[in-house]
Amino acid sequence: MTREEVERVAHLARLRLSQEEAAAMASQLESILGYVELLDTLDTSQVEPTSHVIPLATPMREDRPEASYPPETAVANAPARDGSAFAVPKVLEGEDEG
Amino acid sequence: MTEPLGTLAELRRALDAGAVSSAELVDRSLARAEAVEPRLHALLATREERARAEAAEADERRARGGVRSPLDGIPIALKDNLAQAGEKVGCASKILQGYESPFDATAVARLREAGAVVVARTNMDEFAMGSSTENSAYGTSRNPWNPERSPGGSSGGSAVAVAAGIVPVALGSDTGGSIRQPAAFTGVVGMKPTYGRVSRFGLVAFASSLDQIGPFAHTAADCASVLDVISGHDPRDSTSLPEPATRCLAALSGDLSGLVIGLPSEYYASEGVDPEVLARVSEAVAELEAGGARTREVSLPHTQFAVATYYLIATAEASSNLARFDGVRYGRRAAGVRGLTEMYERSRSEGFGAEVKRRILLGTFVLSAGYYDAYYRKAQQVRTLLRRDFDEALSGCDVLITPTTPETAFRIGEKASDPLTMYLSDIFTVSANLAGLPGLSIPCGFANQMPVGLQVLGRPLEDATPLRVADAFQRRTDFHLQRPPDPR
Repeated sequence: MTREEVERVAHLARLRLSQEEAAAMASQLESILGYVELLDTLDTSQVEPTSHVIPLATPMREDRPEASYPPETAVANAPARDGSAFAVPKVLEGEDEG
Repeated sequence: MTEPLGTLAELRRALDAGAVSSAELVDRSLARAEAVEPRLHALLATREERARAEAAEADERRARGGVRSPLDGIPIALKDNLAQAGEKVGCASKILQGYESPFDATAVARLREAGAVVVARTNMDEFAMGSSTENSAYGTSRNPWNPERSPGGSSGGSAVAVAAGIVPVALGSDTGGSIRQPAAFTGVVGMKPTYGRVSRFGLVAFASSLDQIGPFAHTAADCASVLDVISGHDPRDSTSLPEPATRCLAALSGDLSGLVIGLPSEYYASEGVDPEVLARVSEAVAELEAGGARTREVSLPHTQFAVATYYLIATAEASSNLARFDGVRYGRRAAGVRGLTEMYERSRSEGFGAEVKRRILLGTFVLSAGYYDAYYRKAQQVRTLLRRDFDEALSGCDVLITPTTPETAFRIGEKASDPLTMYLSDIFTVSANLAGLPGLSIPCGFANQMPVGLQVLGRPLEDATPLRVADAFQRRTDFHLQRPPDPR
């Protein structure tokens, strides 16, 4: 795995790495991915995947409103707020980053 | 030095006999914490004023004859990934610095309804990612048997809090061994219940198909008391099993007659297992045979693939779960950001430590276009093979017994520089999570002056069986009564 590949994946994960961090991660991930190649020695072409060990059915409940947090509780941990709303930087980045 | 607290059962008897009050127990717990913390760093915070007020309420209840449960008035500690209403919860991560939960985790709510008094939040590897607590953003915890050695992880702080006598019981979470391995390293009992037994509501998610909350204590009986309180269906967790709370304590008969123990040959033949660890495990199995159990060799042929399977699935799920930490609704936001992408990237990069970033990157990679089938789907298929191994093995026996870890507690720093070596230390614990089985670790002696853990795995939903085996072992032995020296 190259440093460029690490940087591509980091962007997908919304992480920003320094060049040194990216280089260290590249060699560590390379070693981990080398190890997991062990799984390729197994023929699993006829094996169903397991995503959960218990059968998962979407539980349904009656469509009845329940009490929820008042807005001041919901935004109490916000790093920035505007009244009872979460405040974030401008979403259309092109306009202010030019 | 302030004396360590006893077991839950001992403290319960003392409370019921009027020999001690809950207020005194909370004071003793806090004093014990103050005495050992400078050396061991098991805790991230104590909760003094509210704990004392709750202890006073428990004392009033007892005076009126209204004791709610075996845990009423007992001081306990919680891993820092379990939400408590009105209290901080931080996963030992800078990204959650200052975060206060508006709600209780279901397991925490049930403990509080049972009257337990939370006195502390315990240290852990950041977001439960690690096997040593060295990945905590707030410094590593230390093993009370030898402070140069790791207490294990990720629930290392909860294990140490029990081992060092700060609290008689604590909660942790186990995704790949994070309860059982630190229990083994510190000489206490730690249990991961069947997947879905205990609601995950309010447990900060790491890998949702593997995570499970469970107890630490000195005895299997104390773990059973806690599990009986925290288990049972919860409509707020769609993976919570549609079963009532367990009644494990009542199942601890001490009787082993007719019990069949499976010994998986792959675990005993595995390279890199300390012969002294194997010797203690064999002695423990002989003790159980003397108690009436029979043994047979079984095979779990895909064992060698478990760690690779685990790290692909756990990191994939983690990369998705940790996407929520974006600096918008809670947690850290980087200062002086321009634009949304920069806010996400800088907040996350400044807030997460190196191991968390490594796992997010690995998980994102194995889920990304072109790699999904080769890595993630492949791991899910091997997970099926691992489950079949256990179904087969457990069709002919009641429990499986193995070492919990290949070695006793490693030195702090010994594995920190090589992630893969650290991952491989989880080889005996990850499979139970992949298969959803109940499992526990109990102390079974010492090797190199450090505790050895015996792992007992059971069939899904039969949580009482490993507890019954562990309890029967503890009735016949005294390893669980041995305490580490006071730290100097």
